[in-house]
Amino acid sequence: MTIAVNPTQSGEPLFYLADEHPHPEGYSTSLGFWIYLMSDCLIFAILFATFGVLGSNYAAGPAPKDLFDLSLVAVNTSMLLLSSITYGFAMLTMAQNRIGQTQMWLAITGLFGLAFIGIELTEFAHMIHEGATPQRSAFLSAFFTLVGTHGLHVSCGLIWLVTLMVQVWKFGLIEANRRRLMCLSMFWHFLDVVWIGVFTFVYLLGVLR
Amino acid sequence: MNTDTHAAHADHHHDDHSHGSLSTYLLGFVLSVVLTAIPFWLVMSGALPSKQITALVIMAFAVVQIVVHMIYFLHMNTKSENGWSMMALIFTIVMVVIALSGSLWVMNHLNSNMMPIHEMTGMK
Repeated sequence: MTIAVNPTQSGEPLFYLADEHPHPEGYSTSLGFWIYLMSDCLIFAILFATFGVLGSNYAAGPAPKDLFDLSLVAVNTSMLLLSSITYGFAMLTMAQNRIGQTQMWLAITGLFGLAFIGIELTEFAHMIHEGATPQRSAFLSAFFTLVGTHGLHVSCGLIWLVTLMVQVWKFGLIEANRRRLMCLSMFWHFLDVVWIGVFTFVYLLGVLR
Repeated sequence: MNTDTHAAHADHHHDDHSHGSLSTYLLGFVLSVVLTAIPFWLVMSGALPSKQITALVIMAFAVVQIVVHMIYFLHMNTKSENGWSMMALIFTIVMVVIALSGSLWVMNHLNSNMMPIHEMTGMK
């Protein structure tokens, strides 16, 4: 962008964009989406801070040691990690214009994501069945809010994934769909980054306490 | 100046399509698996003698794994979007550190400044 300082007119400088050239569609989408993810990161930071403050207030209720099954969390973590790498494969095959393989990797990513959500909901159901509901203690309120918000994000990611698979199926790997898949890629990998914080600070440090 | 910015735009569109390769994705994946497996093993087996050391070690592993994900999966570098995505990331990290450390610090002090429960029961 050129800022015009026009010397010909009475020596007074003019500060405005002299050549507002057109940008191609979606040229700023990835930066804009990145900034959205950063704002999402702040939401999670606040939920982590809440958990950090309230995480040891059990109100004589169950503690992490009584509730968490680390081997289940390890399986869940590997589901999310595998879905990250399969999404990476989808992006690589998209770059090579292999639409069938892209769709296949997207579907596999979706299945891993679905497995993650399924295991998480099973864990939640088990906890609630044992009386460890969000109302039980401040620790459990903070736990369900933080982990639930992450799970909600993954669920939204799954809906988005299915939507994009339909888009790719109907319109092919057009420029707009490539851009959308790029955004979902950032979203998906970002959720995996948040999960690193969840399994470390909530599950591992919780059991250690 | 004008030609510079157009060249920058061309660059930008170029790097949109060159995000990662098979080897960087696989390297990132292997690193993540190792960086995930070690903390789980440390906690589940209780290999380290002290809980405090275990806690510090697994937090260090988490930080390293977040950096690995940022580089190999999210393709962060100082050049993408002319450095603006890195700028947004640094700003966010500053905000996150302030929010987290500030909350924990303030609330911890608040807890330790509360009247202890046994003194209150004595006042009945």
